[in-house]
Amino acid sequence: MKASDTATASLDARAVREQFPIFRAERAKPLRYLDSAATSQKPDAVIEAMDRYYGTINANIHRGIYRIAEEATAAYEDARRRLADFIGARSPRELIFTSNSTAAINLVAYAWGRSQLEAGDAIVLTVMEHHANLVPWQILAAERDVELRFIPITGSGELDLAALPTLLADGRVKLVGAVHISNVLGTVNPIAEIARQAHAAGARMLVDASQSVPHCPVDVQALGCDFFAFTGHKMLGPTGIGGLWARRELLEAMPPFMGGGEMIREVKLTGSKWNELPWKFEAGTMPIAEAIGLGAAVDYLRSLGMERVFAHDRELVAYAMERLREVPGLTLLGPSEDKRGGVIAFTLDGIHPHDVATVLDDDGVAVRAGHHCAMPLHEALGVPASARASFHCYSLPEEVDALVAGLHRARKVFAR
Amino acid sequence: MSGASGGGMDDLYREHILDHYQHPRNRGTLERPYITYEDTNPLCGDRIRMDLNVRDGKIDAVRFSGTGCSISQAAASMLCEAIEGKTLDEAKKISRDDMLELLGIELGPVRLKCGLLALKTLKAGAYGMTQWPGEDEDA
Repeated sequence: MKASDTATASLDARAVREQFPIFRAERAKPLRYLDSAATSQKPDAVIEAMDRYYGTINANIHRGIYRIAEEATAAYEDARRRLADFIGARSPRELIFTSNSTAAINLVAYAWGRSQLEAGDAIVLTVMEHHANLVPWQILAAERDVELRFIPITGSGELDLAALPTLLADGRVKLVGAVHISNVLGTVNPIAEIARQAHAAGARMLVDASQSVPHCPVDVQALGCDFFAFTGHKMLGPTGIGGLWARRELLEAMPPFMGGGEMIREVKLTGSKWNELPWKFEAGTMPIAEAIGLGAAVDYLRSLGMERVFAHDRELVAYAMERLREVPGLTLLGPSEDKRGGVIAFTLDGIHPHDVATVLDDDGVAVRAGHHCAMPLHEALGVPASARASFHCYSLPEEVDALVAGLHRARKVFAR
Repeated sequence: MSGASGGGMDDLYREHILDHYQHPRNRGTLERPYITYEDTNPLCGDRIRMDLNVRDGKIDAVRFSGTGCSISQAAASMLCEAIEGKTLDEAKKISRDDMLELLGIELGPVRLKCGLLALKTLKAGAYGMTQWPGEDEDA
């Protein structure tokens, strides 16, 4: 099969699903897992890669002279290379392993933010940020007397880019931070355009790619960003591992975030010299098995083809939106299907999202209910909470059917 | 307590829970409350405000307002009903077990917070109490 054929043939989600042990496990009611935006399930390939590390080459990396230590180091660095290549990095040195997106953004806020920002500077974020790309900047803003500004959203749940030139106009903005795909609305944001305007105004661009790297092809060069944060557990990999990509010259100029072993070249009692990239930012023993597992997740996603994974997400979300519109009293949040990824949040008249989720759970349907770590967004939308269904490569249309059936049931339970 | 939804969905959404949720007693606010206090359940976004008027040590009016799931709102409605006309001392003695008995359903660890929010708000507002008498704060 030629590459072009691979890109057009659609994903066989049923065959994919067979490769995920959680769906093969015996249970009283079949699992209808519609919470992949919170965390994805893990294929055999990822679990086996981690088992292989622990079972055959478990040793600390970058230190041991013996064979398995060298093999462990090679496997860890090989995972980095594959991940760097996956997101379009020019060099694996630009890819720092972190524990997740939150840790990656905090790394930028501490190491870059505290060395670059001073009183009177400003940071532009968006109203639809996950708390992970909001709270670290609030802490910095309070500490350094930096102003936070926000790109608002339109009625259809898209960023109101008409507001951006004004937000950037006074030249005080040093950083623009935006989520690539909203974890609530599913909106795919025009990062390249935002980055272009940020750069023209002399600001750096940070992208929270937690929901994009796992679901669609990404290329940090094409996006034109400077910092790019993502997490492994949403992309079929294990928890506890994620990454920060940043332009090499920025990383070179940044002071370390955490001090300790591995991040140093030379230590004297009164001072130290830092290690080179990327290890300058990887203090202490890293989650080695998790990094190797994430490397296996990248291989797995590549074997599926990210174009096809995204097409599958979008097919399902379009089907879900069509079916959800049949449910009386249901309000869909966010933009039309052509402008979103595989996430759909909604509210149901007179039934709190928690109650919706409880009724659905009774049918084995797992959805998220609450504010999804985006309280300011819910405030902007004028709803205290929402229910959310989200998909990945193993999601099936009948899971959407089960969701819709469960929602009709919830309406019945509460219609007394 | 067993699973997340206790004894299952049908047990959770019993008639009286839905009745209090859909036809809440004492919903609203008081104009010049003697005591007013608001608390939230940050996990779910449930929000409850309790307003009390007290005359001669007796709760002669109580109202609750806020948003949240059926369990949190029904619990607030039931609690209001239970304390109206009682003395502050009597209301003070209401324990979490009493509250759960009023609800009459089994709650898993997540929904327990919903079920106890109203009582927690009342206790914090009326007596500055942040934990249940004789128990850990693990509410």
